Amino acid sequence: MSRESQTSTKRLVTKLMLTVVGMFGFGFAMVPLYDVICDITGLNGKTGDQVVQQTETVMVGDREITVQFLAQNAAGMDWEFRANDPQVKVKPGEIKVVSYHASNSHNYIMTGQAIPSVAPNEAAQYLKKLECFCFQEQVLQPGESVDMGIRFFVDESIPEHITKLTLSYSLFDITDYEKPQAAVTLN
Amino acid sequence: MLPKAKLWLALTVAALTMLSTNLQAAWDLNMPQGVTQISRDTYDLHMQILWWCVAIGVVVFSVMIWSIVNHRKSKGAVPATFHESTKVEIVWTIIPFIILILMAVPATRVLTHAYDASESDLDIQITGYQWRWEYRYLRQNADEDEVSFFSNLSTSRDEINNTMPKQENYLLDVDNPLVIPINKKVRFLVTSNDVIHAWWVPDFAVKKDAIPGFINETWTIVEEPGVYRGQCAELCGIDHGFMPIVVHALPQDEYDAWYAGRQEQARAARAQANNVVTRDQAMATGEAIYNRTCVACHQAGGVGLAPAFPALAGSSVVNGDLTANIELVLHGVPGTAMASYARMLSPVELSGIVTYIRNSFGNSTGDLVQPADVNALLEAQ
Amino acid sequence: MSAAHDDHHHGPAKGLSRWLFTTNHKDIGTLYLWFSFAMFLLGGSFAMVIRAELFQPGLQLVEPNFFNQMTTMHGLIMVFGAVMPAFVGLANWMIPMMIGAPDMALPRMNNWSFWILPFAFAMLSSTLLMDAGAPNFGWTFYAPLSTTYAPETVTFFIFAVHIMGASSIMGAINIIATVLNMRAPGMTLMKMPLFVWTWLITAYLLIAVMPVLAGVVTMMLFDIHFGTSFFNAAGGGDPVLFQHVFWFFGHPEVYIMILPAFGVISAIIPTFARKRLFGYDSMVYATASIAFLSFIVWAHHMFTVGMPIAGELFFMYATMLIAVPTGVKVFNWVATMFRGSMTFETPMLFAIAFVVLFTMGGFTGLMLAITPADFQYHDTYFVVAHFHYVLVPGAVFSIMAATYYWLPKWTGHMYDERLGKLHFWLSFIGVNILFFPQHFLGLAGMPRRIPDYALQFADFNWISSIGGFLFGASQLILLVVVIKCIKGGKKATAQVWDGAKGLEWTVASPAPYHTFTTPPNPDLIEAP
Repeated sequence: MSRESQTSTKRLVTKLMLTVVGMFGFGFAMVPLYDVICDITGLNGKTGDQVVQQTETVMVGDREITVQFLAQNAAGMDWEFRANDPQVKVKPGEIKVVSYHASNSHNYIMTGQAIPSVAPNEAAQYLKKLECFCFQEQVLQPGESVDMGIRFFVDESIPEHITKLTLSYSLFDITDYEKPQAAVTLN
Repeated sequence: MLPKAKLWLALTVAALTMLSTNLQAAWDLNMPQGVTQISRDTYDLHMQILWWCVAIGVVVFSVMIWSIVNHRKSKGAVPATFHESTKVEIVWTIIPFIILILMAVPATRVLTHAYDASESDLDIQITGYQWRWEYRYLRQNADEDEVSFFSNLSTSRDEINNTMPKQENYLLDVDNPLVIPINKKVRFLVTSNDVIHAWWVPDFAVKKDAIPGFINETWTIVEEPGVYRGQCAELCGIDHGFMPIVVHALPQDEYDAWYAGRQEQARAARAQANNVVTRDQAMATGEAIYNRTCVACHQAGGVGLAPAFPALAGSSVVNGDLTANIELVLHGVPGTAMASYARMLSPVELSGIVTYIRNSFGNSTGDLVQPADVNALLEAQ
Repeated sequence: MSAAHDDHHHGPAKGLSRWLFTTNHKDIGTLYLWFSFAMFLLGGSFAMVIRAELFQPGLQLVEPNFFNQMTTMHGLIMVFGAVMPAFVGLANWMIPMMIGAPDMALPRMNNWSFWILPFAFAMLSSTLLMDAGAPNFGWTFYAPLSTTYAPETVTFFIFAVHIMGASSIMGAINIIATVLNMRAPGMTLMKMPLFVWTWLITAYLLIAVMPVLAGVVTMMLFDIHFGTSFFNAAGGGDPVLFQHVFWFFGHPEVYIMILPAFGVISAIIPTFARKRLFGYDSMVYATASIAFLSFIVWAHHMFTVGMPIAGELFFMYATMLIAVPTGVKVFNWVATMFRGSMTFETPMLFAIAFVVLFTMGGFTGLMLAITPADFQYHDTYFVVAHFHYVLVPGAVFSIMAATYYWLPKWTGHMYDERLGKLHFWLSFIGVNILFFPQHFLGLAGMPRRIPDYALQFADFNWISSIGGFLFGASQLILLVVVIKCIKGGKKATAQVWDGAKGLEWTVASPAPYHTFTTPPNPDLIEAP
């Protein structure tokens, strides 16, 4: 190969290697990118962890929307966890307060974290939370119970065809088990 | 007859015999038409596209086969010299494109319909677990008794391990089927406890992934009463093939009676929570639970499956402190496959399973656990 | 290059060091092809375990956990160990000879990109012998089954994937550099054989998506060992994100495995039809448009995860569009055969089978693109039948066609035509008995990746298993044919096939250790 084509090969290979590095980065960039897309479209019913600021009730029209509340434990989590109100009816813009109940029946301190999800997923962006325990660590002492409140309203711009939406919380055990269950040995 | 021909005859006869003995098993060739509007529309769509493909295939392959037969060197064919034609290329780009549009129109219509879960009459939460389903009927208010239950494979391990003849609904039977009313819009809220599962009933054309931390919705209106069967459709670990779905669709009045009965059962179970059981009862309950819930990992005979799933036979936990053993079953072992059963099983069942494992597989602690003991541990903390 | 210039007149070194230290594109091509064949047999033996277990309902031979390890390892080894290295091997052997180059542009990297592969697969396969068992979460390794719930060996799997990825990326860079910089004078881009074109486009696909695969397994590694939550819902991550990133790699990966096959078929059909390839230009454009579309269809693997309807519609329409350029290719092949003067040696038989059976896989692909229908097909044996039709009588048949086609060029001997035809017919019959009934199984409702099934699936399963055993056993014939052909046989001419065109047929058979050390006469280069 001539010297000229050698340098052009070198230049080409450098460019290709940069593409490789760039695409590796792109793989990681898909993570925040995906979150942005989720926030915009409500993909997967992600509700986001931000609470909005609004104090006044601004009711619009007399449409009634049913909001259902679900609670479930993720694997390895067996706190008693339930919605105190299975469902409420709200008018768009009306601020409501509901609560979830959690209690730790273990004989050690545990930390739980609840992850919210909304169905249908296009409704996620219209469910505005003023106060919520989503993505917050809940530390419960042995035998301790807690009621966790949610203040929310349904945005008045919610499309007509959505008459029922479901807010679901999955409760995960995020206790830091440094010494995993020292008392229990398998076998 | 030539020996070779004889052999072929024998093979043909053997094959035919095999076929005819299997004739009672259905030779299902095609997608079920199902019992919902969506499932019939999906079937029609499937057939429509299949026929388009068959038609295109017939045209293309006929030309090819005709060429293969006629334009062969052995027949003295002389190769033509043409090798391009923009006109022809444009034609066979446009025609498929038009066919695709003809396919996309009905597909879009059916999809839009399938995605409209609004105005439901009944909502059911479906949660996938390794390896069972939980069904929870959503209530209007907190005072109602909640109907929720687990649905486990009820085919016995003996059938699976070929030590017992397989019954008709082998691997497609559960202990507690989902029950829904016919002609009502039932909305399913699908989620998972652990890994991704998928809830699928072919007769409804409903398949939705159950994803931990997220909730998906889908719906159906079943038009005919009957029993409909499906399976988990997403690889979810060892027993992925052993978590079927069974749905009983009932007329509204029968459904109402069933639902009331279930609520009654929930009340009764609460009342029975502190009943005293005999050793035989506890062992029988325990054995049934073991074979349904524990056997996948801890295996028949409690021998375990190294390294992830410890043996129960001779285990230091099972032969050790009773309270510690009950607590382990109640709460599971974080970071391992051992789940927490405090909410998955009732106190009666929990007392049975602990009694059973402590007195089986060569373990002989002699302990008899009462539901009250389990309750005490659940409430004390 | 200077090194190549020095041993310009020498033959290969002797013994093992020839293979360990070789920078010769033909040696490396040979290594790739033998490695791929070994992996094909290994992955195939896993498939035999799967089909044996599924021969009858009930659990007979293996535990469900081991069954899952078999499905996972079968997929990984066939995709990354058999099909991809086979095409890289063919590229190594043929691309320099097709474009009149003396060797690959980066011969030392070429050596390295091959020799890290055996380590990757040794690492991956060694997990089978470990206590925790091999990966058991499917070759698509969806989180959280492959993270929170994975066996400990998942870390070996992750590193193996990293090494395979590095190997593929190096191979791809080498091919791009070779094709863009090493072409003989007169070999313009639009005179390159289609095999070179399809590989050039494939190499770009590899460079674009293998790093994304590396990224996704790195994220898994962090989730498993360093407490991050990319895919863990407990920490605010999203398991569905895994699928998006994975399939962003995974769908172009599908085309990585089929585009070079298109190139092979486009070389073979004109040779045995004794007629120029119909629509060369449109073939190039169709390949490029398939490659482009492959980046915007990934979520059609995820129609049931609960995407918004706009997403479902977009991915459905985009996927359906792929049928247009793919159709153009099939029409062009048929038009090439039309009014040709055909003979039917083994490579041509495999190529014709490719056109028919790959097209059938294409049809079922179109059916799968229809979102509402996909709700019924998804994760059933219908999908298994579909992708095996495009990969086995598709990609694998094209590799076999290529092997028979170029074997005389590689060894200098004609292969045994009778054995070759026997291999073809047994494979053709076996593959259809194996995979055709799986369409019915899927439509009737049998999920994929299950070790045991309900009784109504029993009949088609035993038929499929018989086909599987037949297909599996037939592949040993190929081994016999190749060994026989290396050892001896009728001397091959330089031209080998009377209809063959292209620079590779202007050098002697077997191809000398060094070819085109001086560029070929530009007049020899004709439009394909």
